[in-house]
Amino acid sequence: MVGTMFLLGLLYVVFVAVLIAILKSWLLIVLIAGGFLFFQYFFSDRLALTAMRAHEVSPEQAPELHQMVDRLCALADMPKPKVAIADSDIPNAFATGRNQQHAVVCVTTGIMRRLSAPELEAVLSHELSHVAHRDVAVMTIASFLGILAGFVVRSSIYAGAWGGGGWGRSNDRDNNAGAVILLVVLASAVVYALSFLLTRLLSRYRELSADRSGAILIGRPSLLASALVKITGDMGRIPTRDLRAAEPLNAFFFAPALAPGFSFSTLFATHPPLERRLEQLERLETQLGRPA
Amino acid sequence: MKFLDALLGRSKPAQPKLDALFGVTGAAIGLEAAAGMKPTGQAAVCFKPASGQGFAAASEELKGLLDLAVAEAGSKLEVTDDRYGYRWIVITDPEMEDLVTSVHLVNSTLEQYGFGPQLLCSVFGFKDDHGQRFHLVYLYKRGTFYPFAPLDGERRDNELELRVKASLGGDLPVEPELARWFGLWGIPLG
Repeated sequence: MVGTMFLLGLLYVVFVAVLIAILKSWLLIVLIAGGFLFFQYFFSDRLALTAMRAHEVSPEQAPELHQMVDRLCALADMPKPKVAIADSDIPNAFATGRNQQHAVVCVTTGIMRRLSAPELEAVLSHELSHVAHRDVAVMTIASFLGILAGFVVRSSIYAGAWGGGGWGRSNDRDNNAGAVILLVVLASAVVYALSFLLTRLLSRYRELSADRSGAILIGRPSLLASALVKITGDMGRIPTRDLRAAEPLNAFFFAPALAPGFSFSTLFATHPPLERRLEQLERLETQLGRPA
Repeated sequence: MKFLDALLGRSKPAQPKLDALFGVTGAAIGLEAAAGMKPTGQAAVCFKPASGQGFAAASEELKGLLDLAVAEAGSKLEVTDDRYGYRWIVITDPEMEDLVTSVHLVNSTLEQYGFGPQLLCSVFGFKDDHGQRFHLVYLYKRGTFYPFAPLDGERRDNELELRVKASLGGDLPVEPELARWFGLWGIPLG
């Protein structure tokens, strides 16, 4: 998944770089690229729901789930997001939507079957923390900044090489063109690679934040920890095909669905390792346990 | 600071606002005069129990303290847990003014012990002129009230709720966003 996403992004950047070299109007390209991200930002809720084949449920259809979300929202003083259920046996949950008014919290039928009610509530409070922290907006902007950084590098190299080779020495111009394009592509690829790593780092940080505030909201960090252990333990036992099908959506998930056998470096992961998350929750549990 | 908090993914637990609770006494008089709606003499404080030794010790101490204080006002106190994992302290007192004082006392004591962020709501029981029951729910974090009239089968009597809202008038701050009028099923009030 990580490799694919990286390559896709790289392809996107290289494609744009070549376009710039050909069209020589990077303003137009920035508009197109920006439009792409804008679309992603505004339709994040519908995109994610469609991709997961999830549907919104009314309070009549899922009274228990709605009641849990109702109460958590009242505790946290936030508007209630839409509630959706995805018909999938993969135990997971995700939150999406660009702001609190357009937020959706989605759980799979698999997670509802496997977790006890208090554990499910803990998972919901983790997802609600994502909504409260506006994580979809932050992550979209963060990845846009990475791509924008690539543009700046490209345009400055481009302008520099062009300007240096100018002033009447028209022969050099043709010789330079190929080298310039190559340089542009190289530099943008490096910038993109760096921003990719940084975005992943940010994502992991925000997962820990959501764990933390989710645990504080329900006042029982151990519940979130046991939900994590249960889900990640279960992940290993589910058929590989299902997992792979769900992989592209990992960034939104409660616990990432990774196909077994895929060796992934922590550098690329969207979520912190389980041990790191459990360790934080354990620390919180001890803090809360101290007499007031 | 708000921007920085958003960037760093920090959110502070919302703290409760308790002062508006005292407005219930006056509002109850208004409701009875305007619409014939009477208090049932019962109220409840709902919160989410936290884990750990600290909470267990504090809640023991708290229970004793509350029993004493509430008994002084002539109220009775009962503790029950519901199926969503929330704890309800039910207070019974035929005198509305004492009831409100006791509810405020329970709340402020919980807050003093550091359970402010864990407080969900306070609920006052009422019934209308036909004997239909409804609750006046106080959302601490918002500082607002809303009426909640449960019917059988997890349905709500929206008509009655809106009637209560109209009768309340300016006596109490009513929650303006209808989407925040959360259903609270399984309130342990008679």
